[in-house]
Amino acid sequence: MGFSRDLTPSNPNKRQGSLAHLHIDLPLLLGILALCVFGLGILYSASGGDLGQIYRQLIRFGLAFFVMVIVAQINPYTLQRWAPWIYGLGVLLLIGVLLFGDIGKGAQRWLNLGVFKFQPSEMVKLAVPLMIAWYLAKQPLPPKLKPIALTFILIAIPVGLIAKQPDLGTSLLVGSAGIFALFLAGISWRFIITFFGLAAAAAPAVWINMHNYQKQRVLTFLDPEKDPLGAGYHIIQSKISIGSGGLFGKGWFNGTQSQLDFLPERHTDFIFAVLSEEFGLVGVLLLLSLYLFVILRGLYIASQAQETFGRLLAGSLILVFFVYLFVNTGMVSGLLPVVGVPLPLVSYGGTSLVTLMAGFGILMSIHTHRKLLPR
Amino acid sequence: MRISNHYQEQRQFFSRAVIAAGIVFITLCVIAGRLYQLQVVEHSHFKTLSQDNRLKLEPIPPVRGLIYDRKGRLLANNRPAFNLEIIPEQVPNLDQTIDQLSKLITLSERDIDRFDSLRKRSRRFESLPIRVNLSDEDAAKFSVESHRFPGVGVRAHLLREYPYGDISAHVLGYVGRISLKDIEKLDEANYSGTTHVGKIGLERSYEDTLHGTVGNQQVEVNSVGRIARIVKQEAPVNGQDIHLHLDIDLQKIAIDSLGEFNGAVIAMDVIDGGILAMASNPSFDPNLFVEGISTKEYSALQQDENRPLYDRALKGVYPPGSTVKPFVGLAGLETGSIHYHDNIYCPGHFKLPNHSHKYRDWKKTGHGAMDLKGAITQSCDVYYYKLASDMGVDSLSKYLEQFGFGEKTGIDLIGEASGILPSRDWKRAARNQPWYAGETVIMGIGQGYFLTSPLQLATATAAFANKGDRLTPRLVKNMTDAKNNSELTVDAEHHPVSISNKRNWTEVHYAMVNVTEGKRGTAKRIRTPLYRIAGKTGTAQVFSVKQNEEYDEEKIAKKFRDHALFVAYAPADAPQIAVAVIVENGGHGGSTAAPIARKLMDAYLLPKLGMSLNQSTKIPAGFILGEE
Repeated sequence: MGFSRDLTPSNPNKRQGSLAHLHIDLPLLLGILALCVFGLGILYSASGGDLGQIYRQLIRFGLAFFVMVIVAQINPYTLQRWAPWIYGLGVLLLIGVLLFGDIGKGAQRWLNLGVFKFQPSEMVKLAVPLMIAWYLAKQPLPPKLKPIALTFILIAIPVGLIAKQPDLGTSLLVGSAGIFALFLAGISWRFIITFFGLAAAAAPAVWINMHNYQKQRVLTFLDPEKDPLGAGYHIIQSKISIGSGGLFGKGWFNGTQSQLDFLPERHTDFIFAVLSEEFGLVGVLLLLSLYLFVILRGLYIASQAQETFGRLLAGSLILVFFVYLFVNTGMVSGLLPVVGVPLPLVSYGGTSLVTLMAGFGILMSIHTHRKLLPR
Repeated sequence: MRISNHYQEQRQFFSRAVIAAGIVFITLCVIAGRLYQLQVVEHSHFKTLSQDNRLKLEPIPPVRGLIYDRKGRLLANNRPAFNLEIIPEQVPNLDQTIDQLSKLITLSERDIDRFDSLRKRSRRFESLPIRVNLSDEDAAKFSVESHRFPGVGVRAHLLREYPYGDISAHVLGYVGRISLKDIEKLDEANYSGTTHVGKIGLERSYEDTLHGTVGNQQVEVNSVGRIARIVKQEAPVNGQDIHLHLDIDLQKIAIDSLGEFNGAVIAMDVIDGGILAMASNPSFDPNLFVEGISTKEYSALQQDENRPLYDRALKGVYPPGSTVKPFVGLAGLETGSIHYHDNIYCPGHFKLPNHSHKYRDWKKTGHGAMDLKGAITQSCDVYYYKLASDMGVDSLSKYLEQFGFGEKTGIDLIGEASGILPSRDWKRAARNQPWYAGETVIMGIGQGYFLTSPLQLATATAAFANKGDRLTPRLVKNMTDAKNNSELTVDAEHHPVSISNKRNWTEVHYAMVNVTEGKRGTAKRIRTPLYRIAGKTGTAQVFSVKQNEEYDEEKIAKKFRDHALFVAYAPADAPQIAVAVIVENGGHGGSTAAPIARKLMDAYLLPKLGMSLNQSTKIPAGFILGEE
């Protein structure tokens, strides 16, 4: 899929399509649109045929596409100049959330700006890759020990602040964005192996020093099925939904698990289980292929970028998109512990949608502004 | 740019991107493999589970805690109520059924609209209310005809009820249906079976205590989702009952005696800081809000110019007027600005040195030579103009701060006003202006920027009565935990006011007793032979009279008339109750506000002193000489 060994960019003038002057990348756009349409179809069934929900989601899509197009117009050079400021503002807002934030559903994530509410952790999902790409682009690559250490600090600050809200899912996404940028920057394998080795070695020591109730918490976190009426209920019902779907599924609107209300959060975090139940393995593989296409196109865009900043930024953004997909599908199919991460572009809800599309906007901008960059 | 490295960097990146693509591909294969395992290998197992999936978890909402007054009378109750509910799936023809139902029982357009919107959000086998709060008569009418309506039934549930209605409305607040805005703030799991949540007042402030913890039951359902059997049950933890310091009798007296006037009355237990009465007039019927108030009723309440929804006792702020004089007097004595024997001559007005502006006394002819006692008894303004001016705004403000002026009292109720205690810093911060000497002068008689809430006035008066021990006012006395029957007591916090010389306090105290007992006391009409009252009258200007004009009550429309204020505590020798009264546009504090305080004190103290209410003497009406 679209990987070229030819590292010199093709002549930009030849690429002048009808969408090029809008800075839109057609293959990426088509992939995203296909996912959205697929998602709306599942959502329609998951909501029990509620057109109101579909309209609301369509409005969110409209808004998110608008944001994507706007962001795509911004020159990557401008983004690079803004990067440290956006990062600084994001960290300040996160501190603001901890100090003055609204408490919704037991966690403190929102900043009430009077007219509307704002979730700074969403902004940070973009700010961290921007910052890390900006910082690493100024270093000789592959990065040495000192820049690596500094990068870790730059990642740890927002991740720590988000984890404190507490919002485990988002801190995971933000943290992985930074790590991916480091990985793509060519950090040595020796370091990667040492890092994981140290983490593995430290684990038993941490475990021994934990309180009993903390250990208990970790155990239920790792094995939710020990708590069949609490957190485990989600996973048990979700697995039944997926498994009973079989090869071809029970058919649209015919999933008993979702239609009879056994499956919780069926239109948000667990929408993947609805798809699996009603469209079976075939439907799921089709969806996963669409995701794979979008991710590979994103990686292609990253590898075609002319500047280190653009490469690292595009690469880490598209890999975060992949983390969304992996964590959500892994959770719903019972491979990973329950972490609140939506299925990107498909789950009902608008907050992460806008951030995701802004990210795609950045990818498109990096790809379509290449001709403006002097060699 | 490091051109030499550029090509190498790009190659490095490309190899890493390929590795990343590989990892993505492998991970997705793992996911696909997992799905293959679930959907193909273990398909028959899960298919059986799904067909047998008859076990469902349902929430059982806890019963909301009740609210009692200090004598154990029920102020907030849960009353069984009947809803007419429809299970859409079981009804052959919904429109026809609703049509026929409406011939039997009145269904408003609003009922039907609400039902339709509920129906869109719910599953077809869920039971949805079409009429809430059926009367017994309607419920009986329906049960006779129920065989004609398959899928329609009467379902009982608990509905919040406030038996004392408007008398307790502002203090208790009310519960209402959970709105989208509420959901954001609530723990969704714990509220999964709950329909109502505290919106304002105690119902909101003590929401966590009153609500309790949700329980759940595992039920067996048939293939279309209806409950066949309860398998396992975890009982909910019901909300805790709340017992208040409030005495609903006093509350009623307060509301009744305000009558046609807008205003607020607070009575506080001097010894433990408990709120005995907290009334704001006019009030409203909180029961209207429980099952959803109609737009018409709501806009009528909203647009009423007397603002019945506004809690004046907690949120209203007024210039304290002369009621602040005992506090200013004590400040003067404690800071050494004046001695209680010192006289100040009152010619009827006061001028700052080198200024021509006349600060006028309410008594045009002047009070003559005044000491502290006389100046409180007769409420001489000039004495306090001079005292405040001598003391200076800094020491005055600093001392008054100890009585809690200008800050929230910390009562266990959300939304109280903090008022304004003017100071140099406050003016700099709020107005970005310097402080002027003339502003200190009028601060001495509680005018100018000075604003207090009725609750602050009552708290400060109780603190004075308590010889400088300021207590945080408390509505809730204790909470009973239904599970282990233990009582959780809520203790008041202490904030001591510094009084270095007891004699200073005693002098001000005697002066306040003289306000009701003295021949020239401004509240002597409320004097009673049964016990002694210490008090202070006040009037707060609503609009200012020009230098050459005179305030003439007759000529001024009611809404521009002065507010009448009165603060008091009794019995003077061993204070038990402190009262603050504000009657909006009531004119003189002595004639409209003070009698209300007397009524409350009679009702609270006489039974405690072993006397009956019949022994209480009549309060003379009309204008009495010596009144401010």
